[in-house]
Order: sequence, then structure tokens, then C-alpha cells
Amino acid sequence: MARDSGIISWGAYVPRYRLKAEEIVYLWGWDPNIPRNLNVTEKAVENVDEDSITMGFEAAYNAILRAGINPKRIGAVFFGTESKPYAVKPSATVIAEALGVTPVTMASDLEFACRAASEGLRSALALVESKYIEYGLVIGSDTAQANPGDVLEYTASSGAVAFIVGPAKEAVAILEGVYTYVTDTPDFWRRGLSPYPKHGEAFTGEPAYFSHIEGAVRGLMESLGLKPDDFDYAVFHQPNGTFPLRVGRRLGFPKEKILPGLVTPLIGNTYNASALIGFARVLEQARPGQRILVAPFGSGAGSDAYSFVVTDRVDELRDKAPRVDDYINAKKYVSYAVHAKMRGLYRRIAN
Amino acid sequence: MRLSPAQIWRTRIPRYRLLGKECKKCGRRHYPPRPACPYCGSRELVEVELPRTGVIESFTVIYTVMEGFKDRAPLIIATVKLDDGTRVVAPITDAEPEDVRTGMRVEAVLRRIRDDGSYGLIGYGTAFRPTILVHKTS
Repeated sequence: MARDSGIISWGAYVPRYRLKAEEIVYLWGWDPNIPRNLNVTEKAVENVDEDSITMGFEAAYNAILRAGINPKRIGAVFFGTESKPYAVKPSATVIAEALGVTPVTMASDLEFACRAASEGLRSALALVESKYIEYGLVIGSDTAQANPGDVLEYTASSGAVAFIVGPAKEAVAILEGVYTYVTDTPDFWRRGLSPYPKHGEAFTGEPAYFSHIEGAVRGLMESLGLKPDDFDYAVFHQPNGTFPLRVGRRLGFPKEKILPGLVTPLIGNTYNASALIGFARVLEQARPGQRILVAPFGSGAGSDAYSFVVTDRVDELRDKAPRVDDYINAKKYVSYAVHAKMRGLYRRIAN
Repeated sequence: MRLSPAQIWRTRIPRYRLLGKECKKCGRRHYPPRPACPYCGSRELVEVELPRTGVIESFTVIYTVMEGFKDRAPLIIATVKLDDGTRVVAPITDAEPEDVRTGMRVEAVLRRIRDDGSYGLIGYGTAFRPTILVHKTS
């Protein structure tokens, strides 16, 4: 049974530059089979003047453009990231100010590794259902870090996504149910002053990614009385190009239902935008009446499983802002050396 | 480059939203906003959000950049004529010098324009990039 909230609109952003996996293989002397094993060919990387705020702004701008609503009607701005430009000073207020949402709004940055934006989504939907706000803006944006030479470097990429949430009667996708599953699991972490995260290698798989997504998705299906056949699309968090297909197989979802929302092989893992960009891409091809499973995951660890049912409004809004594939296809390759400059990896001294 | 909190705060809205001013006397618009109309001197001005698309009217490529901008060299700075005729001087981003030409259509984006080192403030503002997405102009 549908609830009284849903997705009003969506917007995405993927930076223009791409780094080929073969550049990383060459530079760090990796086994050339690694990219194929991870099912990634290249990843999106930010320009020197971009960060999670600028990317999040563009995704949110697209969401508002698509919705056609007055930004002043947004009562909450939640920004999920693990690459904050300021350790202390909210990113959400910069974006809210740039969009014209300020000053009468909630605004906060959320942290839960790759799942922070999803926690924001769940919170915003609840605020709408409880009538505390009319619309909420949820943004997931990351310029994901990886220790140079770490296997994580193949996938850690940059991108952003945003959703306007609001009442079900205006929604392009109505929330049917959500189920959250979290535990204290040390699979991936970054200490306060560390520039790069550390991870538990294979430990990031079974006890973390698979256990939590499976817990959330099974819990959701049980609570709603649904089975995999009832869903037309399934979008899982995508730390690489293989995990989503494997977790889908284990839960009973064929790859045909997963591939439309699988973007990591094309742009890498955009962390807080990962599964949610996949969801945005699915909204750009779904038909009214179809049911979408969305299951973001964040290390540390937790997963939310959502069931959304698409409405007729999706056809009206689809072309009112750039599509995910517009950004995926607008690309220019850079060398590892140029990417390192754009990311500030070279240490210079002032003249 | 030292960025003061007061300066960042005072200019944030025009820089973030491309907010200019329109003269109630002569009807012309300008950016960045000033206390008096640069065309007729009137102080009867109203704030106006400017269109986010336009064309490059002229541009220059700076190879020898000031300290703090080395990672952005070569820096492309252009005069952009917005679709309403307002002229804006701003950086061109996501483009290489060989791609840029006068008459090229561009669209506004929010970018990091200045940084006060690793510990100071970040100055966000408007840059322009070649229009690659037709939807954006609608």
C-alpha cells in the first residue's frame, strides 16, 4: 500500500573528465586483468575547480529545473557526502543559498560513508509524510578519495545526484515502503586527519555489502509481501561493476532488471551518488506503473531498501532537465598526470 | 590569496546566483551589481537574476598566472554576452584554449573560483562552460 510521499523530481551531474582504468594499470604496475574483474573501464573525475558542493549544486539545480517548483517551498536540504570541502562548515547552506532556498529551511550535512544521502532521503520522506515540510531536497555528492596505488583507485570517482521529495499526489514515483538495516561493521573507514580511507579488502564483501543489502531487501520484501518478480528494476549500491549483479543474483533478481541502473562500469563509484544516480537513470526510462527497488549501502555499515511505484508524471518531467546519459556521454579523457594536478596531488611550494 | 569572511559573505549571492541589477531609468542591466547604473548614473536599481546562457564575445588565455592559480593554467577569461545582452567577465571552465572561440554558446556553472590555501575560505562563484546539454538552455 502506497504511503503519502514520493519523489517529485530528480537531477544528476557527472563531471566531464574521464580517467581510463588502463592508465591506473600502467602507472602502478597492476595486473591488467583487474579492471575486467571489477567490471570498470573508466571513471569520472572532477575538474580542478569542482568539489562535492559545486557538483551537488548542479544536480540540485537540475532537480529544481525538472520539478518547476519555487525553491522557497523547500523546507529541508540534506547533503550526503564523505568528501566535504570544509571539515567544519556546512556544505548544505552553500547549495541552499545558491539555489535560493535560504533562509527558512533545515539544512545539514550527513555522514554515513556512501549511505548518508540515503539516510537524508528517508528522513526527508518522513518529514513530508508527517507534514513538517512541503518539499525536501536530498543531495548525494562525492569526489571520492582513494590512496594512490590502492585498488580502490579504479572505482573511486566523482558525481552527484539530487531528489526533490514531496507529497504522493505530485510524485513521479510514490514510496511504497522502506526498510533499514545497520550494524557496527568495520569494513571501510577514514580517520579524522587521514587523506585517504582504509578498507578491509575482502571483508568489504560478505559481512558488509552483501549482508546489509540482503538484510534490508529481504526485510522490505517481507514487510510489503513482495517478491523479486514484483519488481521491474533493481538498483543496488555499486562499489564496482560486479557486486550489484552478484547481490541481485543472490536475492533472485535477473541481471536484465539491474543493468538499466548500473552506471559504475561507465563512470565509477560515485559513493553517495552511486545507487541513487542509478535510480535517476532508471526513472529516465521507467514506464508508469512499474515498481523500482533501490538499495543504497554505506560502510560502517548499513543499507536502506526502498520500493517506489512510478506514476504518469514521469513522462512529463523526463526531458525538462539533462538526463544522466547526457552527462555520461559528454566526456573528455585526461591522463593520470593531469588528473593528479586537478586533484591537487602534487606538492608545490610558493615561489 | 587571502579571502576575508566579510568579502565572501557580501558577494555570495551575486556570485552564486548570477544576480545583477536593472536600471529603472534606462532599463539596462549590469553585472556585478553596483550602487549606480554604469550607463546613466541612476541609483534607482532593482535586483534581477540574469539568464544563465550566452555567447563568448571575447576571451584571453593567461599562461603566466598569479600564485595560487598554477594548477588552473592556462586560465581562460572571457566576456560573455548573456541572452539578455548583459555582459559578464568570468572564467571559462571544462574547455581547453584550442576549443574556445568567439560566438561559442556557454552556460553558467557554480565553481570554486578562488581558494585561500588549504586552511582558509573557498570562494565559490560563476564560471561558464561550453553548452553541451541542449536541455539546459530551455
